[in-house]
Amino acid sequence: MPPYTLIIGLETHVQLSTATKLFCRCSTKFGALPNTQTCPVCIGMPGTLPVMNREAFELSLRTALALNCSIHQFTKWDRKQYYYPDLPKGYQISQYDLPFSYEGWLEIQAPLSLGQGNGAGAEGSAGTATPSPQHAPPQRGRGSLVSKRIRIIRAHLEEDAGKSTHDETAGVADSRIDLNRAGTPLLEIVSHPDLRSAAETRAYLAELKLLLTYLGVSDCNMQEGSLRVDANINLHIDTPQGKIATPIVEVKNMNSFRAVERAMEYEAPRQYEVWQETGQKLGDVPKQTRGWDDVHERTYGQRRKEESSDYRYLPDPDLVPVTISAEKLEQLRATLGELPAQLRTRLESTYGLTAYDSEVLVNQGRELVDYFVQLAELCGNGKQASNWMQQDVMRVMGEQHLSIAEYPIGPAALAELLKAVKAGELDTTRGREVLARMLVTRNSAAVVIQDLGIEKVDESDMYALCQELLNANPKIVDDLKSGKQQAAGSLIGQAKKRNPNINPARFREILAELVAREPTS
Amino acid sequence: MRLVEQTATQLLAQLNAGEVTSLELTRACLDQIHRVDSRVKAFLRVRSDAAIATAEEIDQRRKNGQPVGRLGGLPVAVKDLLCTAGEPTTAASRMLEHFHPPYDATVIARLRSADAVIVGKTNMDEFAMGGSTENSGFFPTRNPWDLQRTPGGSSGGAAASVAARMTPLSVGSDTGGSIRQPAGLCGITGLKPTYGRVSRYGVIAFASSLDQIGPLGQTAEDVALLLEVIAGHDPLDSTSVARPVPRYTQSLREPLKNLRLGVVQEHYGEGLNHEVAAAVREAINVYKSLGARIVEIELPHARYGIATYYVIAPCEASSNLARYDGVHYGHRADEKRLITELAVERARLEQASDQAGLDRLDNALVKLYRRSRAEGFGAEVKRRIMLGTYALSAGYYDAYYVRALKVRRLIRNDYDAAFKSCDLIVGPVTPDTAFNLGEKSADPLSLYLVDLYTVTANLAGIGGIALPCGMSKAGLPIGFQLQGPAFTEETLLRAAYMFQQATNGHQHPPAIVTTNA
Ligand SMILES: [Zn+2]
Repeated sequence: MPPYTLIIGLETHVQLSTATKLFCRCSTKFGALPNTQTCPVCIGMPGTLPVMNREAFELSLRTALALNCSIHQFTKWDRKQYYYPDLPKGYQISQYDLPFSYEGWLEIQAPLSLGQGNGAGAEGSAGTATPSPQHAPPQRGRGSLVSKRIRIIRAHLEEDAGKSTHDETAGVADSRIDLNRAGTPLLEIVSHPDLRSAAETRAYLAELKLLLTYLGVSDCNMQEGSLRVDANINLHIDTPQGKIATPIVEVKNMNSFRAVERAMEYEAPRQYEVWQETGQKLGDVPKQTRGWDDVHERTYGQRRKEESSDYRYLPDPDLVPVTISAEKLEQLRATLGELPAQLRTRLESTYGLTAYDSEVLVNQGRELVDYFVQLAELCGNGKQASNWMQQDVMRVMGEQHLSIAEYPIGPAALAELLKAVKAGELDTTRGREVLARMLVTRNSAAVVIQDLGIEKVDESDMYALCQELLNANPKIVDDLKSGKQQAAGSLIGQAKKRNPNINPARFREILAELVAREPTS
Repeated sequence: MRLVEQTATQLLAQLNAGEVTSLELTRACLDQIHRVDSRVKAFLRVRSDAAIATAEEIDQRRKNGQPVGRLGGLPVAVKDLLCTAGEPTTAASRMLEHFHPPYDATVIARLRSADAVIVGKTNMDEFAMGGSTENSGFFPTRNPWDLQRTPGGSSGGAAASVAARMTPLSVGSDTGGSIRQPAGLCGITGLKPTYGRVSRYGVIAFASSLDQIGPLGQTAEDVALLLEVIAGHDPLDSTSVARPVPRYTQSLREPLKNLRLGVVQEHYGEGLNHEVAAAVREAINVYKSLGARIVEIELPHARYGIATYYVIAPCEASSNLARYDGVHYGHRADEKRLITELAVERARLEQASDQAGLDRLDNALVKLYRRSRAEGFGAEVKRRIMLGTYALSAGYYDAYYVRALKVRRLIRNDYDAAFKSCDLIVGPVTPDTAFNLGEKSADPLSLYLVDLYTVTANLAGIGGIALPCGMSKAGLPIGFQLQGPAFTEETLLRAAYMFQQATNGHQHPPAIVTTNA
């Protein structure tokens, strides 16, 4: 085990899914021809003025509430000033010292990593991992998951910049600027440095993305830049002289969850090596910015010259401060609906699911959970419904790239089948056959069962068939008697050939009973 | 009296009565511009053809019995700070010499829909920074009363246009006195409305929390007419206020009874020219004779007004002007030359193995920013950008910007307290009459002091009106100022009208109007 702890905090930029930009009425749609979704306001023409998009502000408020943040009753806009060609006004409208929200938390299901060793005690000194909420056990269902609260420092709203592309082909450097994105609403969510591993970092991002998806505030598409992550990472190294913090490094340009995870995995040993070489501690050198190279899977130092530390923040005199009433907040809180963490708890307590199963279902999104809940209610068995959802419904969805809304069989029709299986009218294997035909014919379970000639086999018929097969296969009887259980399989196979409606589980029981009665040859 | 010498109110009555056409009037104004503006230089651009076409169209409508807007075909000049769609709008800066905004400022749109005939765009101090119109990136404007002197600024062109009777009305902007000061120095009436009364959309920003658009004319009545058209809430400007716009022209004639006028002793201290002081005292006596009561009031923080203003305005300006970087629009330095020079410089440093020099060398982009801004901006604009950038920098922000905001609050509180005991405050608008061109160019601070009596209204966000109250021995106009609480333009205009009914100083045009060149 390496003699250090990873300390990671994330700054996540979320593009809000409003129809129009934050301070003008241009469309935010992705993929349009460059500079076609612009107007005098978002390209910063002289004399133009910003007007706040109320919808963007409400989506931000909802997100902050879902992140358990406190909300400032009064918030203002500030200009963050720097020069760059994709920033047409020479400043970005953002929020500096009075963000609309602060001090929240997000609970994640973190994989219990080796570094975390025996619980929170070892890391408790960092004062970061706060205790799990009351009632929730520290360790959930699947042994390897542990509940952990990641604290949020603040969430604030700001406008996006445009996009610069640099073409170095043909030996002629050519820079182009697309301002379609300029002015798009971005919610910046800043976490405390509470994350302790690459896997935790990924779990935080996955939970955050899930929450945002449930809230419907963003499509969270990382490839299209709707979700952008910057990580601040350093090490706390245990030395005989005590704990030493290394300089903080900011890693940018990570365009997938995997990239974030890999970048964190790459940075930890790299920073340890740097420390071993230089002995540099936090505060000895300015914060370094590194980019992530996805092809070579490594981080690289970025030039410091273009970094500006003094943004000369100025309250934006073109925008009036926003006041948020308590009534408005309550009204918005009521629109949040059931969020992933609450939903998992409900699936576990109401339908008896394991933490693992509730996690799998909830991660699929609210619509799939709605489907599951209907199915469970109609068939009367949560565990059975969960199994069929995961092994059958989600498999087909994956193979055929369907959303749950596009899945051809509704919960009522599927529940009919599940009830028949539960009642022993057919076994699970035959049930799957029925479901496969239902998908093709769109007929009800009852019709398909009839079409396939499935009917429950009489007990006496099964005894008779079993005895007949045993008589014909004395060798198998010997094998079974001597404990070779796999021999039963071939007999069950023969039985199913004779009568496909045989329930193999019941047949196996009958077989055992009859073999026990057989004299040893 | 010649057509161009009449007031907007008189002309509007004749237009509506069919006694004169908009075309006749517009041509008369264009003739007057032709006659005097080669000497006054009030206009950056005259839109003769467009103005004539607009006038003809309005006349046709009137002839057909179709509705005609509130301004009924009156010619108006507009400060070149307000964007006019498809036409140059320069803020008198070389930086924007070739800038054609694709949109109209809200005030321009309101003028058009009220059937004003926009005859041209007037000269100003570059980006409205200055008090003499000498900071124009193109040429200085001269005072129609004495061509060797300044008309004031920054709305010097707008004031000179009305003073020289080139247009009956004009639109200016006032950030620290830029309407009231030139109105005072040119012997006309000019009003700075309450912050938020008139939309700033499409007005090239100087200092956003102080800028306000306002009307200039010969009389309070004319100014009331124009304000009625341009005032009002604008959904495109979040800082514009959703309050109904009173019919200023209708309430104007009601004299104010029991008017309490506040007088500030400090106004008559050091720095105030004695002729100006005497004329202002005489104006106060006129009000006394009209039944007004004079109340002594105090504005204890007013003396910090200039210092406060010259922190806040440059801070906002440094931010507002950051967009002029040569990348998206406006002046761009010669790129080919720049890149060649950069390559030469790099080669020289490499040969000299001057690593420190190489580290300091700008990349092409930074060099483009630097040179475009160095070439595009004038000296005063650069001075203010540097002042503002410095004051907003880490380590200085609290000492300058934050402290200035605190003083601004105190100044506002002073006014609130003062307006408990008086309705309006009366006093000088400028410390002196118009100064000679070039007289203050070498000493920017002395020029900053001409805003002494005007900046506090901008800092407090309240309204103020300047109007003539006499002439100096040298034959230069002297003005005075009335200031009122926020959104009391009605009271300001009624008080100014009362004064102008009782006096006739405002009816007297400069010699350039009456004599032939
Ligand atoms: Zn836009």
